[in-house]
Amino acid sequence: MLKILKYSFYDLIRSRWSYVYFLFYLILGFVLLFLNNDVSKAVITLMNIIIVLVPLIGTIFGIMYYYNSKEFTELLLAQPIKRSSIFLGQYLGVAGSLTMSLVLGLGIPFVLYGLFKSDAIFDFSLLLVTGAFLTMIFTALSFNIAISNENKIKGFGYAVLLWLFMAVIYDGLFLMSLIIFKEYPLDTFSLAATMFNPIDLSRTLILLKLDISALLGYTGAVFKQFFGTDQGLIISLLMLILWTVFPIWRLSYKSKRQDF
Amino acid sequence: MIQIENLHKKFGKNEVLLGLDLNIEKDGIFAVLGPNGSGKTTLIKSILGMVIPNQGTILMDGIAIKKNWKYRQQIDYLPQIANFPGNLKVKELIRMIKDLRQMPSEEERLIALFKLEPFLDKKLSTLSGGTKQKVNIVLAFMFDCPLLILDEPTTGLDPASLIHLKELIQNEKKNGKTILITSHIMQFVAEVADTIVYLLEGKIYFKGSIDELMTKTQQTNLEHAIAAIATTHDNA
Amino acid sequence: MYENIALGKSKFQYQIFYFSIMHYTQSLLAAIYFIIGTSLYANTIPICSSCKVTSIKKGIEIAKDFDTLLIKKGVYKEFNILIDKPLTLLGENFPVIDGEDQGEIIRIVSDNVTVDGLFIINVGTSYTSDYAAIRVVRSEHFLIQNVVLEKLFFGIYLEKSNNGKVYHNKIIGDAKDEYNSGNGIQLWYSKNVEVDRNIVQGTRDGIYLEFSDHITINNNISTKNLRYGLHFMFSNDDVYTNNTFENNGAGVAVMFSKRILMKNNTFKKNWGTTSFGILLKEINDAEIIGNTFEENTIGINVEGSNRIKYNNNNFIRNGWAVKILGACYENTFSNNNFLHNSFDLSYNSKLNDNVFDSNYWSDYAGYDLDKNGIGDIPYRPVKLFSYIVNKTPETIVLLRSLFMDIIDFSEKVSPVFTPDNLLDANPLMKQVK
Repeated sequence: MLKILKYSFYDLIRSRWSYVYFLFYLILGFVLLFLNNDVSKAVITLMNIIIVLVPLIGTIFGIMYYYNSKEFTELLLAQPIKRSSIFLGQYLGVAGSLTMSLVLGLGIPFVLYGLFKSDAIFDFSLLLVTGAFLTMIFTALSFNIAISNENKIKGFGYAVLLWLFMAVIYDGLFLMSLIIFKEYPLDTFSLAATMFNPIDLSRTLILLKLDISALLGYTGAVFKQFFGTDQGLIISLLMLILWTVFPIWRLSYKSKRQDF
Repeated sequence: MIQIENLHKKFGKNEVLLGLDLNIEKDGIFAVLGPNGSGKTTLIKSILGMVIPNQGTILMDGIAIKKNWKYRQQIDYLPQIANFPGNLKVKELIRMIKDLRQMPSEEERLIALFKLEPFLDKKLSTLSGGTKQKVNIVLAFMFDCPLLILDEPTTGLDPASLIHLKELIQNEKKNGKTILITSHIMQFVAEVADTIVYLLEGKIYFKGSIDELMTKTQQTNLEHAIAAIATTHDNA
Repeated sequence: MYENIALGKSKFQYQIFYFSIMHYTQSLLAAIYFIIGTSLYANTIPICSSCKVTSIKKGIEIAKDFDTLLIKKGVYKEFNILIDKPLTLLGENFPVIDGEDQGEIIRIVSDNVTVDGLFIINVGTSYTSDYAAIRVVRSEHFLIQNVVLEKLFFGIYLEKSNNGKVYHNKIIGDAKDEYNSGNGIQLWYSKNVEVDRNIVQGTRDGIYLEFSDHITINNNISTKNLRYGLHFMFSNDDVYTNNTFENNGAGVAVMFSKRILMKNNTFKKNWGTTSFGILLKEINDAEIIGNTFEENTIGINVEGSNRIKYNNNNFIRNGWAVKILGACYENTFSNNNFLHNSFDLSYNSKLNDNVFDSNYWSDYAGYDLDKNGIGDIPYRPVKLFSYIVNKTPETIVLLRSLFMDIIDFSEKVSPVFTPDNLLDANPLMKQVK
């Protein structure tokens, strides 16, 4: 698996798109910092971008890579290599190179700008960790979609739909159900609903840092327990790990039963 | 070498293999023929483990290949469409496959034979179809494995390279290897094949030498013989 | 210089001297005059375990008006000490007065009393009387300074006492529950009192004012109190400046009072369901200028308050910078900085009679083409989302989601749920310094 990972990774970090992605974040980082002159504000703006854009790019990149490397995959399938190794290797190659573009692309401008001297360093690291998780999760989800759909167009459509659902539609339905059922105690429900969407989950993690004063304004005991203690952070991180592990597991399971 | 029993495979509602039995015990060159959609590629991919049969067993040297991957160390495969990761250079691709297989290889001789030296530092995405096929052939022939599977090996080759390919195949045969070929070029099949395996509607319709086939179909030409199988079957 | 303090012979002289504390350097000449003129008449009575007088009560008993009791280092287990003549109680190296939880410790019922440099502990707790470490009753011209209070019920309690000063005291409570704890400094029907440079923590209300007018509260630090850092009830014309209120149960409450000036204070980290930097309830004609509100659940919570000026305040990373409930009229907000608050402003009605003008809003995304430092398009500080959160609080978990940004944007373009005249027509492009 490590060999496949290595080749996929090399293949990707030499592709144009990785550079585009890397440069995009690099420029974004510099522009945000030099327009705002304020690391904290840049971190907040960045957060808004990351929780929307990183999943989108992870999804599209993942699905494109899978379909584009179909022949390569077939070449590998005829070699004496375990199937799951091939797919996990490719997956980790994509997710790894995307994560690297993200971390370096954003990290370099912020470090140059004096991140280490700023008190936003914790917020910023949290942002990068969240971005890395979102990349891993959405790349894995897109690989799952791709392996289940031979048809590229269909697969691509489903992937974009998945992103749209997670990034926008889910929250819309979530909000509507909260408003409709507002007579009932909803704090457990709303926390649970957050857990079932990795984008919401990442958002919650960041809210814990940036908006704790507002979150503590709500009366619910479950909320208080969740946001007021380390429980929120721990549970959110655990759920993110689960969200990463589950699609990877399914990918490995599915790959063993797939015809090529 | 390979024993296949009662192999079934369907893709969705499309049943491709319907209880196929095939026994390839001795060395030599086997041409797997059949009309489009008869299951040639499915059969080959089943042997390679790329397609997972719904039913039936495939034994390689007496060992079931299901949930096994190490047996592929015994197989060299030349895929039908030679499409490689475009970002890699030819050199790197060869190095990568060597790295993955960890076997002694003789790629230099093959590179010289097909005059690929000028392309070694080119990216695969910039190569022409024929050149890609040559790289494909190098990759398939550079290891010393007892079983060789060639899926449409002649695609895109110029006459000189075709001659080299035939020589290579004959050489491997002399070395005592088993070679499985699919091709639509009957002239090529007639030249190289010892045994014809003819697939029809998911089963082996005929297995035997070219002469036996001609006798059976009362034709003097392989191409016509093959065509005859198809028509007789249609009439029947 | 302590001796000088006690030299005043008459009320008049003392009063002059009282001022000399406030204006130290100016008073030097006057002080010299008094030393020469009156030192013959005032006595200093030392109190210690080996002195002629060993208890404070005894000292008070034998002292004449305007004498000084010099209390030396040691532990004095006394309570219900009644000071009924103009005296100075001066501690040397912080003598401890231990009330042994018996009740009130010092009660001042005379004008011109000074208490200085004592360490008072173990005030009795009662559910029926408000025992205090130091209580001043119907007296004037008192000075309580450099006193340290610990293990207390009420700290310093001023009852119908005017024209005094509470200066540089340290009150460290250990209050756990509101019902059996008292306030750090309490003013009840008192006027013209100065409360300056005190540190109050761990009490119920750090500083509490009821029916007390013309009070000046400066440079105090009030933290970790159970309820409010500072609490006004029915008190008018008061001023508080340069105080710090941090991590109090609910912040600072200003209720049913008029003409309060709140200037250059810092309100920090008041977190919780009903927590805020300042609560304004039925307040009229106040001024809130140059304060900093940082990381509070609500920066300022306003209910039924009119004609208030909010100028040059900084609202930094609060949940809600300003939350306006109920009828509030003719308030003006200008030259404030609203920086990275989860919500800048929340309204619970569609009506708006308040003016927002020339503030800096970190969320403002407009442009300034004519380069005059003022954004060319108005800013709408009330988001639709804040309206939704008011109605259904659980929706707070959707803060900063793309979906919310989208509906906020559409509300901004055409306001339906939020007051459409509520906007800052001149949003600043740069922070107000």
